[in-house]
Amino acid sequence: MKRLSPFNITALTLGFAFLYLPMILLVIYSFNESKLVTVWAGFSTKWYGELLRDQAFLDAAVVTIKVAVLSSTFATVLGTMAAYVLVNGGRFMGRTVFSGMIYAPLVMPEVITGLSLLLLFIGIGLDRGVLTIVLAHTTFAMCYVSVVVSSRLVSFDRSLEEAALDLGCNRFDAFRLVTLPIIAPAVISGWLLAFTLSLDDLVIASFVSGPSSTTLPIKIWSSVRLGVSPEINALSTMMIGIVTIGVISASLISKRNSVRAQKDAQAAERSA
Amino acid sequence: MAKPSPDTSIKEFSPWTDPDEKPLIRFKNVTKRFGDFVAIDDLTLDIYTREFFALLGPSGCGKTTMMRMLAGFETVTEGTIELAGQDIAAVPPNQRAVNMMFQSYALFPHLSVYENIAFGLRRDKLPKDKIDARVTEMLKLVRLEKFARRKPHQISGGQRQRVALARSLAKGPKLLLLDEPLGALDKKLRQDTQFELMDIQETTGTTFVIVTHDQEEAMTVASRVAVMDEGRIIQVATPGGIYEGPNSVYVADFIGDVNIITGKAKAAGPDKYFVDWGGNQAPILATSERPFTDGQECHLAIRPEKISITKEKPEEAENAVQGKVLDIAYLGNLSTYHVELPGGQIIKAQTANTRRLSRRNITWEDPVWIRWNATAGVLLAE
Amino acid sequence: MRRFAMIAVPYTWLVALFLIPFLIVFKISLSDAALAIPPYAPTMKDGFTALIQGLDFENFVFLTTDDLYYKAYLSSLKIALISTVLTLLVGYPIAYSMARAPEEWRATLMMLVILPFWTSFLIRVYAWIGILSNEGLLNQLLMWLGVISEPLTILNTNIAVYIGIVYTYLPFMILPIYAALDRMDDSLIEAAEDLGCSRMSAFWLVTVPLSKNGIIAGCFLVFIPALGEFVIPSLLGGSGTLMIGKVLFEEFFNNRDWPVASAVAVILLLILIVPIVLFQRNQQKQAEAEG
Repeated sequence: MKRLSPFNITALTLGFAFLYLPMILLVIYSFNESKLVTVWAGFSTKWYGELLRDQAFLDAAVVTIKVAVLSSTFATVLGTMAAYVLVNGGRFMGRTVFSGMIYAPLVMPEVITGLSLLLLFIGIGLDRGVLTIVLAHTTFAMCYVSVVVSSRLVSFDRSLEEAALDLGCNRFDAFRLVTLPIIAPAVISGWLLAFTLSLDDLVIASFVSGPSSTTLPIKIWSSVRLGVSPEINALSTMMIGIVTIGVISASLISKRNSVRAQKDAQAAERSA
Repeated sequence: MAKPSPDTSIKEFSPWTDPDEKPLIRFKNVTKRFGDFVAIDDLTLDIYTREFFALLGPSGCGKTTMMRMLAGFETVTEGTIELAGQDIAAVPPNQRAVNMMFQSYALFPHLSVYENIAFGLRRDKLPKDKIDARVTEMLKLVRLEKFARRKPHQISGGQRQRVALARSLAKGPKLLLLDEPLGALDKKLRQDTQFELMDIQETTGTTFVIVTHDQEEAMTVASRVAVMDEGRIIQVATPGGIYEGPNSVYVADFIGDVNIITGKAKAAGPDKYFVDWGGNQAPILATSERPFTDGQECHLAIRPEKISITKEKPEEAENAVQGKVLDIAYLGNLSTYHVELPGGQIIKAQTANTRRLSRRNITWEDPVWIRWNATAGVLLAE
Repeated sequence: MRRFAMIAVPYTWLVALFLIPFLIVFKISLSDAALAIPPYAPTMKDGFTALIQGLDFENFVFLTTDDLYYKAYLSSLKIALISTVLTLLVGYPIAYSMARAPEEWRATLMMLVILPFWTSFLIRVYAWIGILSNEGLLNQLLMWLGVISEPLTILNTNIAVYIGIVYTYLPFMILPIYAALDRMDDSLIEAAEDLGCSRMSAFWLVTVPLSKNGIIAGCFLVFIPALGEFVIPSLLGGSGTLMIGKVLFEEFFNNRDWPVASAVAVILLLILIVPIVLFQRNQQKQAEAEG
């Protein structure tokens, strides 16, 4: 039985306080009547109102969500394919190059990825807009998806695929009917990861977006360069709220699933 | 051993002795290489319909590779494999009339028991009612009707094994491959399942090829056993043939317990030889159909249960040696006496404990005599 | 056939959208600035040989003449290094305490560490502006407590950048260390104590060496991205904060000197190759050790 020493408890409390305090403060100040952080002028939701009336923000939000949904979906498809090829493909020509290309964007600074993509788009004469952002996000997100899915595939029991082949499936059906349903949780995590990365991306979007395709992070950036902005506080609170609900629900679902799986296993042994 | 089926009660099941019988599977000079490593070395083997054939050997002997080649998951480097007379090298696994029961069962965790069994049938695009009829038949065969709706994680290990078996039989394959099917089960369940497997094999008339490293299992279920080592088949014979007539020290040693006495042969009559095994011991008399030249090195393989042990010197015995009881392994129904001979060799002699423990007269350190008949052992050249 | 498609599709995508852009950057770093759009020359339209002939190392030489770049690289290395160490000092106790926590708490603790990771990076960094500014909450608190009489200038200094990096990259340090500590067999500590170690020495002689892999992974996961960071030094750092990501961005957008920006990028990549290769090797060794 593990016990926590006072040192441990202090470490945990201070640690999580450090992690969460800034966000909690943001939430609190989003309800501050006054613009300034120095003064608490009373509880007010006026900044939320202002935010929701701000057309520029709303447009940026729409663009951002559009881009995020499109790029994360493409990234998931491409990333899953790449992961499958890397784990199960064996040796093929150009494998090292492929593997390098998959893992490189993960460590490459965003300024470089953004710069290189912009130069490409200009070089081929592609106008910057929603399309270019989607292309850019898909490219770097697919690498993250690939990492998530390949770590699941590595522990995937290949005899399940062989059983499917043995029972009459061709390779594609075996993947579709057996592998994919089983690795679905990892694929979904990959999608969520790609979605979050796209939603949150500032640097690359700055390079490859056009005048009519401002994303939310770009909008936020131009606001905050000038300092604290109460509208941004409100926006931040909403985003934090959505993420919190999402993470907690996911956590509860996964807990419920593991409890149920345990009960099933126990019932199975008893009925044998 | 597989029981001969009732209607051929006079004739035992042995298609391999019938020159007109065509084999279901024929390996012809098959070699399989993984890079530099030779997994299967110029192997030739015939397996006949309705056999329950066992591939037996230690890890790395190539038995699993052979099975995977039959299933279609490995290609042949040299040679051909024929199924019902057709070369199956070009046929992918999903188009062969061969199904496999995997060691890990490989049940699809996201599908119910019913759907697992129906999986192969659905791939053949059979009409719904035919699929339902067949799945129900399979569920009855393995006695899992009540568990059709459950998922694999909701049933026990033994039940999962039965689902795996039902699934692999659902398509009525010509050949069923079983990869160490009983490894994960505990001893009692394993024995019950062995007999169940044999019953199912007979009822369905399918040819079974089982891969195992457990020689007891092979001996129990199989009609014939192939003992393998390092990519080669050392001997193929019925379990009785393997046990009583091993063709080499390797096979004799692999199956069951055996004593090996090495010496030099000398003719002693028609099919009879003296084995001079050193020291100041009288030579052993042994019968052998296998010919030996005088002075040739030979090995006598004799099973412990063929050796009798007494305190008094036997009056008439073809072979008798004196020794001292070094150790006794008491197994409840049997006792194995480890007898140390003057030359230092240890011979194992096994007797049933027909008398109670307290009434037996042989104990540690006792001087004893062991004896056996000339026909009791097998004389081997290697 | 299908297998070919499975390889070909992602492969082609990456070649088109990753490899080629990368090569373009490389090529441009060897070109001259031009006033036309695209603001770099030579271009393909003069033919391939003209392309090769037009390449030179002028931009790279330029980088060596101006102090700014050289200082920015060094400063980036320094800041990334210090931040990594700080993150380790903050993250290790948290990871350690998580690993000692009772089983029922684990899922919740894990969730608490991961939640900030899913929240917008930009917003989390922004939050510190309100805290660290001269009129910010930290200064208000300290003055109210009487610890200081004048507000401390933290925002727009390197200190704020350190805080920002530690804050944003903390989960990346905690998770690998926690994973390593969780895998560790507790009976090893008990064995050490049984053989005469005090709590402290058991920690330093057994726990820390065994969590080495987690520490190394965590450090790389912080150091490598921190080196090329742009957002944190721009928002929290001052004009005196030199980080190469910031320099590159400004070079590109403000000065419109794409060839120089490309040259800066190429050098940054070359610098990054060393830690990246080391990290890869470390991961591979670890994977082999685990069998």
